[in-house]
Amino acid sequence: MTRNRNSEPNPNNDDNDTLKTPPRDSAGTSGMRLVVPLQGVVQGRGGLILGSLIPCALFYFLQFYSKRHRSTKPPSSSSSSNPPSPSTSSQNLPDLQRSSSRLNLSTRGSNGRVFLSSRASFVNAPNDSPYYIGMDRFRADPYNELDNPDGIIDLGIAENRLSLDLIEKWISSNLNGSMLGRGGDGLNINGILTYQPFDGLAELKLAMAGFMSLVMGEKVSFDPSRMVLTSGATPAIEVLCFCLADHGNALLVPTPYYPGFDRDIRWRTGIDLIPVHCRSSDAFVVNITALDQAFSQARKRGQKVRGILISNPSNPVGNILSKGMLLSLLDFAREKNIHVISDEIFSGSNYGGEEFVSMAEILDEEDPVRDRVHIIYGLSKDLSVPGFRLGVLYSFNENVVAASKKLTRFCSASAPTQSLLVAMLLDAGFIKDYMRTNRGRLRKVFDLFVAGLKQFGIECMNSSAGLYCWVNMSRLISPYNEKGELELWEKLLDVAKINVTPGSACHCIEPGWFRCCFSTLAEKDIPVVMERIRKVVERS
Amino acid sequence: MTNSPTKTTISSGGATSAMRVIVPLQGVVQGRGGLFLGSVIPCALFYFWQLYLKRNRNRSRPSNNNNDESGSSGSTHLPQVSSGSGLQRVHSRILLSPKGSSGQSQVSVRANSVISKQIDSSPCFVGLNKASQDPYDEFSNPDGVIQLGLDENKLSLDLVQEWLAENVSRWMMAEDLSISGIATYQPFDGLLELKVAVAGFMSQAVDNSVSFSPAQMVLTGGAIPALEILSFCLADPGNAFLVPSPYYPDLDRDVKWRTGVEIIPVPCRSADNFSLSIDALDRAFSQAKKRGLKVRGVIISNPWNPVGNMFSRETLYNLLDFATEKNIHVISNEILAGSSYGGEEFVSIAEIIDSEDFDRNRVHIVYGLSKDLSLPGFRVGAIYTCNENVLAVAKKLTRFSSISVPTQHLLIQMLSDAKFVQQFIKKNRERLRRMYSLFVSGLKQLGIECTKSSGGFYCWADMSRLIRSYNEKGEIELWDNLLNVAKINATPGSSCHCVEPGWFRLCFTTLSEKDISTVMRRIQKVLETRKSLS
Repeated sequence: MTRNRNSEPNPNNDDNDTLKTPPRDSAGTSGMRLVVPLQGVVQGRGGLILGSLIPCALFYFLQFYSKRHRSTKPPSSSSSSNPPSPSTSSQNLPDLQRSSSRLNLSTRGSNGRVFLSSRASFVNAPNDSPYYIGMDRFRADPYNELDNPDGIIDLGIAENRLSLDLIEKWISSNLNGSMLGRGGDGLNINGILTYQPFDGLAELKLAMAGFMSLVMGEKVSFDPSRMVLTSGATPAIEVLCFCLADHGNALLVPTPYYPGFDRDIRWRTGIDLIPVHCRSSDAFVVNITALDQAFSQARKRGQKVRGILISNPSNPVGNILSKGMLLSLLDFAREKNIHVISDEIFSGSNYGGEEFVSMAEILDEEDPVRDRVHIIYGLSKDLSVPGFRLGVLYSFNENVVAASKKLTRFCSASAPTQSLLVAMLLDAGFIKDYMRTNRGRLRKVFDLFVAGLKQFGIECMNSSAGLYCWVNMSRLISPYNEKGELELWEKLLDVAKINVTPGSACHCIEPGWFRCCFSTLAEKDIPVVMERIRKVVERS
Repeated sequence: MTNSPTKTTISSGGATSAMRVIVPLQGVVQGRGGLFLGSVIPCALFYFWQLYLKRNRNRSRPSNNNNDESGSSGSTHLPQVSSGSGLQRVHSRILLSPKGSSGQSQVSVRANSVISKQIDSSPCFVGLNKASQDPYDEFSNPDGVIQLGLDENKLSLDLVQEWLAENVSRWMMAEDLSISGIATYQPFDGLLELKVAVAGFMSQAVDNSVSFSPAQMVLTGGAIPALEILSFCLADPGNAFLVPSPYYPDLDRDVKWRTGVEIIPVPCRSADNFSLSIDALDRAFSQAKKRGLKVRGVIISNPWNPVGNMFSRETLYNLLDFATEKNIHVISNEILAGSSYGGEEFVSIAEIIDSEDFDRNRVHIVYGLSKDLSLPGFRVGAIYTCNENVLAVAKKLTRFSSISVPTQHLLIQMLSDAKFVQQFIKKNRERLRRMYSLFVSGLKQLGIECTKSSGGFYCWADMSRLIRSYNEKGEIELWDNLLNVAKINATPGSSCHCVEPGWFRLCFTTLSEKDISTVMRRIQKVLETRKSLS
């Protein structure tokens, strides 16, 4: 039998999915088998689609299959409700087809439970990421100084509550003006009720371009016509990924990365994320050699890499990529003919010594590499209004802008909020004041937090932006692996009642690192947090 | 060399490889659960194989020798290695130079299909564009294009404006509301208070014939993402939904663009007054099955956009029976439920599943405030489903299309103003009815008949008498005439996948009463030129 050859283990199998090996192998080879007769086609035009789609589809289905079967135990009644299958002897397709149409009628044993799509089951799979478990635990039992002093303190969600009072003050004094049109006279309400362009009001784009350039130190100006507004940075990333990559393609992502990417990108687009590991010895800065390695490995597996996704300032580490680093990333992208997505949503939340350099800043007007650079921004972090749901997709590629404008029909921002934001962003005095105050407060809480940890001998990464610190607790974990890290995380959650994000949730390769968001705390909460951490430190 | 030698274990023949996958799975298929694999893989393989065959029928098949080599086991032939790597190289070549030019960055296939010229040149899009570039205004631009193509209700905007002018100062100023309840992260699937308010509004819009439970509801940033999320939940790429045609043109984008799901139009005819026949559904279902397409559901819009009629109770029963028999879903888009004005009674599908012993798990309702409350700019949609799994998945997917919290608070205030809501629904209906009868009688005077409609913002007008050749070309020619000569943008039936030529959707809710005579005059102009020619 020719099949025997499949038993040769695939050298590219990574990590922990040894369970998957047999089906994957066969899929790989059968995928290849389809590709070769396509040889002629591939060299011609168009065979590309077939050549990539088939193996991808096969991989995709096989992975689902193995995932589903690992956990669920489908009731045997489904097969008993079928008549004895005649297929033992005859292996021809009509039989299979028949039994599959039967399936339509009786899926899970009970009479006629309806199907969901396989991607729905993928989304619905239970949360096993500690990032989300911790969040749920916090929601069930949130700390409050007076009402619930024993509740959980959340250091998991990257939300800035330090400067909410400024926003509140502005809203309460400007509400009427912003809704009723600038100047206060003449009702502008018609403009917010009717259909507006899905990709955002032109006024808001203009205001946003101004805000972004202010945030980035006024060293770069943004062109509103390259901008697409969405209902949050999450859909902005998703729309962008829909535009840049197809089902089964991949993006390279330096680790540790923001845990939400796994949902934002993988759930509906069908794109894979390939982690490129960075180490503490490099201050968790990505190096091009590692990128290159990951790129060629993916290629060997037959996977097409369509881009690199970086967050700058880095989430969760909090450092800022240097100009030199950005240039080498661009060179790499040019060399491999891939895209660069730069998530710069924390660019205005910098408080440290390092200066933030936007991807947009280092691009020359004429540089042909421009059309592979895309920037994600939003107001959730820098203006601390995540509830307003406003994200920005800024791309130098005309096709991407055109396609994503059309796709914003699925995630457009609501007009009343947009007109509120136009007024807010155009209030230059307020914005300047806000940025200055906010940075000062971030700096202060960051210093307090880091100093607090230092007294236990816990060091943080030297970070200069973001709403979090990246804390090295490897001294406290035993054994020195992911298990030890999760044990400590659990202890922090159960004993100290602190929800932090363990490095493993961010795909960090070194155990013992934790992301702690400090911007949800008030200054007076910091001693409480430290006291709680002390309990855990002293025990271990 | 980028290639590893393992890659050379290669055969040709999708069919053989399909069999190879199937045979080892035989055991699984008979066991539990392998059913999924057993059906999906051969289907996918056959599908691709057929595609491949189709594309290459007129090309000679390259390298038959691959066949032989696949037969011989594991030994790796050197020539094959190089040919394998050659393949890889060529492959990556294509990556590098997609369109011949060097180093152009490439966007995804799906992005290309989204920006394809084909969409931009569809009559629907061209007309909308033209009307928005040169909009009619009685005084400032009397020769502009009158927009009858946009699915929007401007008849009752003044009521909403009035309410906003009075109440906007209290926006976000409710006593129990603090900034941390507005600016910070809130549940993506909508605030509970708003769900309660929307559920109440939905019941009121259908005259309280059914009550909706807020717990079964997910709020999204508009009805479009609501429909898309449902498609993501119910169907996989390559699966299909049956949709009775004519259906509104945007549905193609909403359902197909990102999900990769297909739409199979089920043609309905003027002879049946464009009502849905289950036989036609059944035929489309079995045809799809023969083509190897898996049908995962039926999408209806009730009231029917563009026809404007309602699904009768009996049709809904039959539809549910059909769905149960085929084990598929039913998505009912009831976004126009509150915009009914005619004699027919609107029956929500929720009422049917409440009253009968149907499987509630397969029925999903899409709703929104864009039409019934004339608030499209607010971007508020809703999914109402009794299927717990769909509910759970949809909740998670709203991270991609959530409503901004300030807007939610404004709506909570608006919808909990019972007096306003009641007045609005009543007055809005009266105005719709009045406009509808004025418009239809105007058309009648010109000798143009419309189907009898009782909900929605449009009439479905039969202009087949006016088209020169009784086919799609004739229809488009008339549409072009209306747009460029009469300066009226109507939606041609072909954009709605109507099988009979000569039908047009005319949306009358963006007009004021005095505009109607202008519209009729303009149509008459076209009528006269046609008469004199024929």
